[in-house]
Amino acid sequence: MRISAGERATNYAILILFAVVALAPVLTILQAALAPETPQDALTGPPLHVENFGRAWEQGRFSEYMLNSVVVGVIVVSMATTFSIMAGYAFGAFTFRGSQALFYLFLLGIMVPTEAIVVPLFFDLQALGLTNTVWAIALPQVAQSVAFGTFWMRAYFRGANRSLIEAARLDGAGHHRVLWQVLVPVARPAIVTLVLLTFMWTWNEFLIPLVMSPNAQLRTAPLGLALFQGQYVQGTTLLAAAAVLVALPVVVLYLVLQRHFIQGMLEGAVRE
Amino acid sequence: MRGPGGPAPVRRRSRYGLTPYWFLLPALVVYALFLLYPLGRAVQISLYDWDGLSLATFVGPANYADVLTDDRLRSAFGHSLVLIFFFAVLPLGIGLVLAALLTRGQVRGMGFFRTVIFLPQVIAMVVVAVAWRQIYAPDGQLNTLLRAVGLDALTRTWLGDFTLTLPAVGLIGTWVSTGLVTVLLMAGMSRIPTELYEAATLDGAGAVRSFLFITVPSVRAEVVVALTMTIIAALKTFDLVYVTTSGGPGATTTVPSFEVYRRAFQLGEVGSAAAVAVVLTVLIFGINIAVNRIGERES
Repeated sequence: MRISAGERATNYAILILFAVVALAPVLTILQAALAPETPQDALTGPPLHVENFGRAWEQGRFSEYMLNSVVVGVIVVSMATTFSIMAGYAFGAFTFRGSQALFYLFLLGIMVPTEAIVVPLFFDLQALGLTNTVWAIALPQVAQSVAFGTFWMRAYFRGANRSLIEAARLDGAGHHRVLWQVLVPVARPAIVTLVLLTFMWTWNEFLIPLVMSPNAQLRTAPLGLALFQGQYVQGTTLLAAAAVLVALPVVVLYLVLQRHFIQGMLEGAVRE
Repeated sequence: MRGPGGPAPVRRRSRYGLTPYWFLLPALVVYALFLLYPLGRAVQISLYDWDGLSLATFVGPANYADVLTDDRLRSAFGHSLVLIFFFAVLPLGIGLVLAALLTRGQVRGMGFFRTVIFLPQVIAMVVVAVAWRQIYAPDGQLNTLLRAVGLDALTRTWLGDFTLTLPAVGLIGTWVSTGLVTVLLMAGMSRIPTELYEAATLDGAGAVRSFLFITVPSVRAEVVVALTMTIIAALKTFDLVYVTTSGGPGATTTVPSFEVYRRAFQLGEVGSAAAVAVVLTVLIFGINIAVNRIGERES
């Protein structure tokens, strides 16, 4: 099917317009982050003021906040991925009493908003003396990620090659060997996508870290940014630099592995 | 193993024994303790008048009655409807056009456009909010742009205006959701057979008619998914409101999730907060079910 040159030009114009709209705020913040912080800076140094990132890092205590985010991220991703693979295997490879009901119970968790669980979690964890610990921030997110991850891995293991499992079983492999040494290596693309999505959701999460550390002892990077915005009112340069720092890990991963992100969010959205 | 002609269910179960349950256990324990149990507790707390410190008093459905009668709460849910327009309806309209252009418009650089348009979806909402606060600031980029093109009369304090702040916050949502909706619809449109369009062209249908009568009806399932995801995103908006406006000016941009936070952790009205949270959850479940029902019936 052919379309006219005029129509094609219109198509490009519309697409470029929307690409500009999508990119403009990103470029704006990047430009603000690289602008001179003071009039003095404008006279000295290179045209792009990369030193802003260092200053924001120090003044906003981002070394501490980023480290907290990394610790929480490692806990959530490793626990949620391991548990999801195991649960997905249980649902995908076996038929057992109550499997349907249990699966729907997990599906329910994908829909439950954080707002619903955060209030009781805070008061119960406070009573246990667990607020202001990484566990109070990480474990609720493990639970949310496990709900999605179980659903995700079940779909994968259901489609997995049955003859592969049977061959391994005939060779005398136990269930753990079948899962970790036969199925998991084959499932690597699905697992990579799951790891990336879980990492992104955890890194970007705001409400749980905000509530779970009431005296601000333990801030993750997004919280640090919100706090920085409150303190840092004299200019926009360092705030913009801090915003870039907080977004950077996920954005870089996205640009390198964008297929995994897009595919995961789309397939995850289409629940059979 | 399972398969056609396999053993009867009873024997199958005895063959596996407890194995599947062991594999399920770690996930189930953490899920039950940190999601299901708190969800039940939220329902329980919502029936009490509790400040989070002293003894709670049972008040039954009084907190729920508040959701219907308290002006601030009612308007919070009303604001959600406005946000649904900006987070879901507007991106759906834009997304249908963009996705059609990208899949049928014979343009180069589809991968580039897709990557760029989807990008806002992966940026932390706090970062998005900080960036847009700067854009909307009195001497921010939006006002600078308006002045540059001679539209000085339109400049204003975008996040301090009683009528325009909610739409201004909503447009940030449009910016975030459009890419997701577009990419989702692209996946659906790439499955439409080319012959359909060729036949329509032979019948004398132009680009617009083909779009309305072939493209849009063919992606019903994707439209349903896109609406479910974006409506729920609109209902769950917390960080965006927290960072850009904190619900203000006045209570013009407050939303249910922000009210949950405010009531529980700033005002010490924990029971009321839990009731708002439960209503929000029921709403999200209801929308999920309703949108999918409609989708099933129409397809």
